[in-house]
Amino acid sequence: MNAIVMMLLGLGAMFLGYVFYSKFIAEKIFKLDPNFKTPAHELEDGVDFVPTNKYVLWGHHFTSVAGAAPIIGPAIAVIWGWVPAFLWVVFGTIFFAGVHDAGAIWASSRNKAKSIGNLTGDVVGKRSQTLFMIVIFLVLLMVNAVFATAISGLLIKFSSSVVPVWGAIFVALIIGQIIFRKWMGLGAISVIGVVALYILIFVGPSVPLALPETFMGVSDNAQWVLILFGYAAIASLLPVWMLLQPRDYINGLQLFIGLILLYGATLLLGPEISAPAFNTNTPEGTPSMLPLLFVTIACGAISGFHGLVASGTTSKQLDKETDARFVGYFGAIGEGSLSLATIIAATAGFATLADWEAVYSSFGQGGVAAFVEGGANIISQGLGLEANIAETLLTVMAVLFAGTTMDTGLRLQRYIFQEWGGLYNIRWMQKALPATLLAVGSCLILAFGAGGADGSGGLLIWPLFGTTNQLLAGLTLLVITVMLVRLGRPMYYTLLPLIFLLIMTVFALIVQLKGFYDKGDWFLLTLDLVVLVAAIWIALEASASLSKIKKEQKAEKQNG
Amino acid sequence: MNIHSVKRWFSRAGELVNEFYNAPYRSAIARAKRDEDDLFMLLVYSEIMGVPNPAAYYTLELQPLMLERFHEWHKRIGMEHSPLDHFRCC
Repeated sequence: MNAIVMMLLGLGAMFLGYVFYSKFIAEKIFKLDPNFKTPAHELEDGVDFVPTNKYVLWGHHFTSVAGAAPIIGPAIAVIWGWVPAFLWVVFGTIFFAGVHDAGAIWASSRNKAKSIGNLTGDVVGKRSQTLFMIVIFLVLLMVNAVFATAISGLLIKFSSSVVPVWGAIFVALIIGQIIFRKWMGLGAISVIGVVALYILIFVGPSVPLALPETFMGVSDNAQWVLILFGYAAIASLLPVWMLLQPRDYINGLQLFIGLILLYGATLLLGPEISAPAFNTNTPEGTPSMLPLLFVTIACGAISGFHGLVASGTTSKQLDKETDARFVGYFGAIGEGSLSLATIIAATAGFATLADWEAVYSSFGQGGVAAFVEGGANIISQGLGLEANIAETLLTVMAVLFAGTTMDTGLRLQRYIFQEWGGLYNIRWMQKALPATLLAVGSCLILAFGAGGADGSGGLLIWPLFGTTNQLLAGLTLLVITVMLVRLGRPMYYTLLPLIFLLIMTVFALIVQLKGFYDKGDWFLLTLDLVVLVAAIWIALEASASLSKIKKEQKAEKQNG
Repeated sequence: MNIHSVKRWFSRAGELVNEFYNAPYRSAIARAKRDEDDLFMLLVYSEIMGVPNPAAYYTLELQPLMLERFHEWHKRIGMEHSPLDHFRCC
């Protein structure tokens, strides 16, 4: 089949989902009210609570949720063929992610813009709030370890990207200074920044850089992991205007440019999909598609991480409650379209089935490198760009996304440690530097502990990361469902996704548990068990709180 | 379409881009600024709390200018009225 057909089918379905399904959800289920006084107005303080234009709000909701995860997941999952990944991304976006994201914004804005973590405490119960903290910590821990591994792999495989990737950080540092000192307007500097980045990308292939294969007994993979965590630790401690803000901004622009390039090139080239629709010839060691597909692709179909962004910052800036539909649901569609572009790149970017099978030689292979290679083929043939430049371009895009998530993740993890320091009265843990070191240390233990001294453990835990992320989404869906039941509205539009997610997650955890046991990987086995306990706990909490409310409502009816 | 509408369009686009740059980090930066302002206020009012201040001669002049911010501060900290017995603000 031609990739254009897949592209139009996917984008068309998601668009229809926005037009019809999100309208139904917004008007009939959440009953968004344009006259409701949102927290941004009610508590306006110019700091956290600021009413913001809905397109701007959508822009940074979308750019802060779209990272490397919606690329890595689908790029791994097409190993089962393109149809399963395609269907889960498209229908996941329409019926799961959109409702989840818009619902998280709605739930939070109806509760003084509290974060989902605090909301869980209020709506479901204190125990669930503790659980929530643990799950968030696990998600952050895993995401940092996974991304460090993914980036180091890319930097070694595509050595032409080393100069542009680190050069981009210097460009961001310079832009930060220029804007902070008001030397130039933002419009001019955006153009200059993007041009500088693309010059670096064009220069990259002629100055490939590689680390020594081993340095003091440390492999190059592990060296990059260490360097990346060093960078992320420093970046997360710097004042935000210096690096994080300009870099996020450039990344945001990159995201839009990248999507336009990928979809534009696909339209111009019209490549045939070389990967099988359903792969019956999966390499040895590939786990069964059911249930692992549903945890391998988390971001792009449904992701709990979005709930954190939606309730943490987005809901505080919501101008009108009805904007939640556009910001949340359309934000999810933006992310779904990035995943769809990844599926196209990783399945239609290879000339023959043999080429494709060579890349997807075992489970976990391929991944983001397949996205880069396939996408580069499409871009170079569709737009006439040199192949190695197209490769560098996509590598830089993926690495910058992952890097952003890493230092934001590290920053959040630091806050959690600082909070624990406050909770248990440990003085030194409340300071920024020791808390950051603890965060980095825990991530390094995971990155090296899971896969040995070369730091390749990250990608082994990708499905485990997916499961934890889905659990987080499950908790958010639970909060929304409980709120809907209390209001006497239909609950099935959030309850069914919740049940589906919980079943798939528990199923996937048990399958993985057996895999780790067979391999004798006790470290990951323990981690899996922790997540499994959390999953079962959530399921119990969900049924307990729902049946409690039902009973209360019944009692009220009898009395009234 | 005339030059004015093009200009208007450009300035609107500029505003949106500025928002896009600033909105995500508005709260982090405002918080950092607030911390610095609090430190400055501590310097200005340090004599009131019995901390000797070598620059008191100059900071005394600033006190009335800072009064409004002082009010904001004790409200934010969760105190209905000024915490200092001999220094009332509301």
